[in-house]
Amino acid sequence: MATVVELPLETYQGVVEPDWCPGCGDFGVLRALEIAAQKLRLPTKDIFVVSGIGCSSNLPGFFHSYGVHSLHGRAMAVASGAKLANHELHVVITGGDGDGYGIGLNHFIHAMRRNLDLTYIVMNNQIYGLTTGQASPTTTKGHKTKSTPRGNVELPINPVALALVSGATYIARGFSGEAKHLADLIAGGIAHKGFSLVDVFSPCVTYNIVNTYPWFKQRVYKLEDDKGFDPTDTEASFKKAFEWGDKIPIGLFYKSEEVTYEETEPALKKGPLVRQPLTIEKKLFDDLMAEFY
Amino acid sequence: MGREFTVGIGGAAGDGLDKSGDTLAKSVSRLGLHVCAYNSYQSIIRGGHIWLRVRIAEEKAYSHGDHLNLLIALNQDTVERHAREVESGGAVLYNSDRFTCETSLLRDGVVGLPVPVNEITKPLGRVLPIMQNTVLLGALIYLVRLEFDSTVGVLADTFGHKGQAVIDQNVKILRGGFDYAKEHFVPLMKDAWKFSRIRRPFVTGNELFALGAVMAGCKFYSAYPMTPASSILHWMASHGEKCGVVVKQCEDELAVVNMAIGAGHAGVRAMCGTSGGGFALMTEAIGMAGMIEAPVVVVEVQRGGPSTGIPTKTEQGDLNQVFGASQGDFPRVIIAPLETYDCFWCTVEAFNLAEKYQLPVLIISDLLVSEHPETIEPDDLRYDVPIERGELVTEWPSGNGRYKRYANTSSGVSPRVLPGTEGAEYVAATDEHDEEGILISDVFTSPPVRRKIMEKRMKKMELVLKDIKAPVLEGPADAAVTLVGWGSTGGVIREARQLLAAEGIKTNQLQIKYLNPFHSKEVTEILRKSKKIICVEVNYSGQFARFLRAETGITVHDKILKYDGEPFEPRIISEEVKRIVAGKPRDLDVSMEEAREMAYHYIRTHLADAARPTRVEMVKGNSHGEPVWVVEIVKRDTGEKSGELEIGVKTGALHAWQPVAAGR
Repeated sequence: MATVVELPLETYQGVVEPDWCPGCGDFGVLRALEIAAQKLRLPTKDIFVVSGIGCSSNLPGFFHSYGVHSLHGRAMAVASGAKLANHELHVVITGGDGDGYGIGLNHFIHAMRRNLDLTYIVMNNQIYGLTTGQASPTTTKGHKTKSTPRGNVELPINPVALALVSGATYIARGFSGEAKHLADLIAGGIAHKGFSLVDVFSPCVTYNIVNTYPWFKQRVYKLEDDKGFDPTDTEASFKKAFEWGDKIPIGLFYKSEEVTYEETEPALKKGPLVRQPLTIEKKLFDDLMAEFY
Repeated sequence: MGREFTVGIGGAAGDGLDKSGDTLAKSVSRLGLHVCAYNSYQSIIRGGHIWLRVRIAEEKAYSHGDHLNLLIALNQDTVERHAREVESGGAVLYNSDRFTCETSLLRDGVVGLPVPVNEITKPLGRVLPIMQNTVLLGALIYLVRLEFDSTVGVLADTFGHKGQAVIDQNVKILRGGFDYAKEHFVPLMKDAWKFSRIRRPFVTGNELFALGAVMAGCKFYSAYPMTPASSILHWMASHGEKCGVVVKQCEDELAVVNMAIGAGHAGVRAMCGTSGGGFALMTEAIGMAGMIEAPVVVVEVQRGGPSTGIPTKTEQGDLNQVFGASQGDFPRVIIAPLETYDCFWCTVEAFNLAEKYQLPVLIISDLLVSEHPETIEPDDLRYDVPIERGELVTEWPSGNGRYKRYANTSSGVSPRVLPGTEGAEYVAATDEHDEEGILISDVFTSPPVRRKIMEKRMKKMELVLKDIKAPVLEGPADAAVTLVGWGSTGGVIREARQLLAAEGIKTNQLQIKYLNPFHSKEVTEILRKSKKIICVEVNYSGQFARFLRAETGITVHDKILKYDGEPFEPRIISEEVKRIVAGKPRDLDVSMEEAREMAYHYIRTHLADAARPTRVEMVKGNSHGEPVWVVEIVKRDTGEKSGELEIGVKTGALHAWQPVAAGR
């Protein structure tokens, strides 16, 4: 579907300017998505961006393509339905950690099991920003927030490890302070055949005073720079998934080629559903009726 | 009125009752008789009591009726609980190797017909216990004066995939039962049937929701298993590949409905199905479909609620939920199919309405219409169903300017493009938005934009109302009583009216199919002329009656309500109408029959199913503060008295169990 010409970056910019707080990590993610789409030469008509609810879920409104700004936690399901209806669309899901790892966690896990050809970008700021600063599923233990004044007592979700055990076939983590690196990861995810997760450290400059740009800048290193690491080695990926502390890896954690859900679904053999005739053959109708006698 | 005959088949789950009932129904239907069946099943796989009724008639049967002419008992429990329901002239047919049928259990003029199954099947070699059904079915063919060959044909079709040897074996066993009956019994039917030989489809509502969807061009069906909607999923799953439908079993109902909406938004006709509990999880997304104007069809098959409720029993208790699903005001259509074949047409229409008006269409069905099988007319279903997709824009040339997905039009319908169309990119939002889809919920808040877009969306309902048929009054205009029902009760109310007419009570009937939008004007005009309005509903509170009052200002004079899990039967309604006409109050006391059923419940839960109730009598003076039913319980094997149960006539309380050993 890709066109030959590389389109100017503005092609992918929505009519509305983002309303995020100045300095928000999500700006970097939006820019990275634009660069990725440009790099892959995707026509805007063939991109379908679905989000849930939260600051980061406003992203589709700032990006020029088709899309749905859906319900809190349900982006994955809406996107899955749209993908099955028209699997020629490049379906990208964008949202936050609360949306995807909290209220929408069930859909996230099952979408990975299915290996639908979807790209999921999670702007993980480890806090609920839109609701002014409560603990999220990725808030670190001990972190004091509006809803955890004595410090968060729950362990954070580990998205990379969760994706590894759930069957995702492309698992990456980026940092919005590294937009070009992030763009490569997103482009890799969109180009990948199967489910891809790109978890992004996207700092909330207003409500998360712990996991800030400087905090990440001091810690992150790129997996590509670790020459001994092989993202097709599951065991090695697991080890990297649990690295946290002074050094935190970003980059491609895992990649494998597996058959996608779309490829195994017999009703999609003739092409996208959206292009199939609505009416079945008369002979088939007669056969269906015959079963009732 | 044509002749009719009702067969009851009772046994344990796992006895293969479904299969026997199906074979019987299909055999009969091939002869050109009408069939309407109902299965009071339970949500357990083996054991437990199953009770299937098959009504056979020369004229269309609209319900499973309230007669019983022949009981096929596959276990002792069935004999005890249902033998006395058999009417004079009827019989109880049973496997005499397994148990007996005491004449004390039978009404006058009813006979017990023992069939020695082992003796009959002995010459045929090793025969599975489940084959007792086939022996009894063979005997039934003779007793009810059906045709042996018709059943042979059904068996051949049923076992065709297992090879000729299996068919032959089945036919021999069937023949054994038939010959035995011929030799030992006389037919229960006095005259021969008039076989029209018109072959009719034998279908359930759920099958027709699925078939209707396929014929309407549905390409996506999603569901999470839930009784009594699962058989839509099963039909779709086994036919999806042939019919080009993606059938997705999802992780939960949230995924189910959101996937269907995603698919509908992307341009395919999408449907999902569930029951009340699953629908409760779907509600937020129903509002989303209204807000982003995505077409989607949702089938809600009601079962007994609230909460998990009675999963395998019928009710019409989800009306409030379907009306009230999701926050805020948004356009939604609610359709309740009136009878089995209507499930097909409701679905076809639902897709057309969903796409023409870009909104969610909710089909509210119930276990009764979804799962009971009946014969319908061959031309009740058609190949060439109307398909109307509404205003779809397939091209958007650059000269058109920016595409406005939610353009404020005079009709309220904004022409729709599908994702993938060049030059018309837009993002649909669940936040309030302007004509282009840009959010007005945060920085761009705008009260007038909100007002006009809300009016645009809601305006569509006026068009829908013009597009759907207003209900009409059935029966004489000058009737003394108007019975108002909605959805699946249409047939049974009609039959109750026939009973009342025979007793000189003239009634008419208003059956509502389209619940939202509602034909308030037309309904008001009809009901204003009614002398006495009685609403008939399968729920506790009369949810429709309340809605009717809200929409028309008309308060019904009385309500006939049922919420015990079992569907209405004609006589239940006609008796209640007579009571209301006579001005008598409703009797909520536990009846003698109910006391006996409650005793069975106690026996199953506390006495290991090893006893049965016999004598039941009312005792008034006691320490329980209400009259009680004293039910004598005897041991099943010896008949020796094991104790007495005391059940409150007013409260239904199980006041006491007095075992014999305790010295009573």
